[in-house]
Amino acid sequence: MKFSIYRYNPEQDTAPWMQDLVLDDSRIRPDMMLLDALLLLKAQDETLSFRRSCGEGVCGSDGMNINGRNGLACITPLASLGTPVTVRPLPGMPVIRDLIVDFEPFYRQYRAVSPYLINNDPVPEVERRQSPQQREQLDGLYECILCACCSTACPSFWWNPDKFLGPAALLQSARFMADSRDQATDERLAELEGPFRLFRCHTIMNCVEVCPKGLNPTRAIGRIKELMVKRSI
Amino acid sequence: MHIPNRRFDTLIIGAGGGGLRAALQLSSADAHVAVVSKVFPTRSHTVAAQGGVNAALANVRPDNWHWHMFDTVKGSDYLGDQDAIEYMCRAAPQAVYELEHFGVPFSRLDDGRIYQRQFGGQSMNFGGEQAARTCAAADRTGHAILHSLYQQNIRAKTHFFDEFFAIDLIRDAEGCLLGALVMEIASGELLLIQAKTTLLATGGAGQLFRTNTNALINTGDGMAMALRAGIPLQDMEFFQFHPTGIAGKGMLITEGARGEGGYLVNAEGARFMERYAAHAKDLASRDVVSRAIATEIREGRGCGEHRDHVLLKLDHLGTETVHKRLPAVCDMVGTFLGTDPAETPIPVAPTAHYTMGGIPTNRFAQVIIPEQQGPEEPVPGLYAAGECACVSVHGANRLGGNSLLDILVFGRAAANHIVDFLKENRYHRPLPDDAVEQGMARLARWEQKGEGESVDTLRTELALVMEENCGVFRTEEVLSAGLDKVTALAGRLADVRLRDHSAVFNTARIEALELENLMDVALATVASALQRQESRGAHSRIDYPERDDVHWLKHSLYDRTTRTVDYKPVRTKPITVNSFPPKERVY
Repeated sequence: MKFSIYRYNPEQDTAPWMQDLVLDDSRIRPDMMLLDALLLLKAQDETLSFRRSCGEGVCGSDGMNINGRNGLACITPLASLGTPVTVRPLPGMPVIRDLIVDFEPFYRQYRAVSPYLINNDPVPEVERRQSPQQREQLDGLYECILCACCSTACPSFWWNPDKFLGPAALLQSARFMADSRDQATDERLAELEGPFRLFRCHTIMNCVEVCPKGLNPTRAIGRIKELMVKRSI
Repeated sequence: MHIPNRRFDTLIIGAGGGGLRAALQLSSADAHVAVVSKVFPTRSHTVAAQGGVNAALANVRPDNWHWHMFDTVKGSDYLGDQDAIEYMCRAAPQAVYELEHFGVPFSRLDDGRIYQRQFGGQSMNFGGEQAARTCAAADRTGHAILHSLYQQNIRAKTHFFDEFFAIDLIRDAEGCLLGALVMEIASGELLLIQAKTTLLATGGAGQLFRTNTNALINTGDGMAMALRAGIPLQDMEFFQFHPTGIAGKGMLITEGARGEGGYLVNAEGARFMERYAAHAKDLASRDVVSRAIATEIREGRGCGEHRDHVLLKLDHLGTETVHKRLPAVCDMVGTFLGTDPAETPIPVAPTAHYTMGGIPTNRFAQVIIPEQQGPEEPVPGLYAAGECACVSVHGANRLGGNSLLDILVFGRAAANHIVDFLKENRYHRPLPDDAVEQGMARLARWEQKGEGESVDTLRTELALVMEENCGVFRTEEVLSAGLDKVTALAGRLADVRLRDHSAVFNTARIEALELENLMDVALATVASALQRQESRGAHSRIDYPERDDVHWLKHSLYDRTTRTVDYKPVRTKPITVNSFPPKERVY
């Protein structure tokens, strides 16, 4: 099976280049994921660099651009991919080496939305009550694994990574606004005012298209906009 | 060579649930904390925990901490330390309520309280009817907890060193812990972190085995660092094989699947757990269920072409229950098997899952070693919590739902003890001249160039040896062959060479350092297993099929320098209640 992989080692290379690599068909099982193939390629050439950890799509380490589409290598079946399989780092982010990008711009936007529960009531001795219906409001929001597939697929984020918060951070913001225990919706909404932070979302919906967890940041952003309208009336 | 130096009150190595829980407690107490993690915190393996965390909240069925304690002692096959177990079970409800206050999106009951499901080895009334003690956020409890703890640490402004790899601990001539030498992975640059207290929270070593449920980062780094700092490892022969990893692949299927009503069948379609655990059936302890599955397979009643697995049936529960209660399992099975568990049974087999043994600690999470004054003397300034530690609440077999509890309770206990320690130790101790020598030598070794075996070759062989020679069922013959093989592999390690000597994000170098760590932990595991001539919990010896409380009700301690195993007594006396004396263990 043929692969074309983005290589860049700043200590040696003046510019990134694409490396053609072949994995012997005898080593490929039909149920393999792309990560399995990358690990075999790394065993042949240990300089090939990428992040990976859980191998089952829950840690969010191995987001990359696979045949033009962002996804997690560990849950992308090899059999679903046309050859040569072209693998590049997540787009729009500074590349540190090979498939490894600098996530700091992404994490900075995550931290910018105060991604934690805010509740200023005295802490009760037991749990705060939340009905199953209230809890259901969090489904589709809390499962984010911060893989950055969505934000790095978003043209608005590419243009304004410092000003537009991006789908992942906004999904987090929506997650806390939707939590019946959180008391900071007003402050959260106020923080999102202005032309960039929230409103650079032009509902292109690449985020929905690529999310490996099947989440829908565009819908979450829509909910935030509704709350904003309500707040302004 | 000049190495920059940073000073903190506390250095925490590892940013899973244990490290983050401790960090939060310390940051909230205004201690100056550094968290060093080789991966971004939310990539830590806690994220993969599915089923939930045990606490006797009694939200679904009557419960109290004392029943939880009994189940944990029995589950441990009486090897657990009963003072630590009492402490953990009493602290459990508070630990869970705190999580709820931190924002963890627990599933809810109709009255708004936290949802609790049934898990293996749980009972009411000291061995009576099945309890429901496992607090769950669907089947993504670890993810929910890890992210909430990280988020609260953002709020508390904890200082993170993300993607820094710890090379070695620094200990002075008096034995005090002074910090660690660490490396920034992105640049390859070194940093000496000086700290008055150091907490190891580096997780387990599941990568010892070829087929495992663990993340690739679970390479026993903290355990090996402790060994190299002269600290023995305790009870390493007890490695948990989870009954339900996806056959041949390893991905975990939570015990919650059986807690929600799923059960196992063999090739004859028989619900075989009835024969092994008449009362608890599929919700017996993990060691019991894993042995039952392994026995079915050995006796030819396995399923599939190679008769190498059994089936986990959920299709009788109804699509709604399965999809609602186990959404992540459905996703995972869909991804890796292309089936829907609500319709098609899942092929499963016992799969390496959890390191019960580890760095010996007391219930304050202080690392304790045998010294002049007795077998349990604290190492000043050093703490350990979670899977890398052996406190020992899990003894010879951990109950499902107790690992998330362990990291929360002992992460917090460590932090509380550290706060007291800092009050009495207000200054950094002077660094010895040779502080970084050991760590630097470790790195220099990998700068050697030339021909040699690859890291990948040795790691692959090691994992295969461990799987074949240190698995569910063990004998003297298989284990001593295993020890010879691992010893030979450890010898070959000196001739392994890196091809990649670059500085920037050199993952090959990290994998080499991880292989060294795995090798030390593997030796500890096989050597301890060979010595223990009895069957207890997860350590199942065909040649010694019975538990032997007269000779073996004791903890093992493996020493790296001499490669020998010593022993110390089990703490059978709880803090306030009566001891649970060893009894025959029936489920």
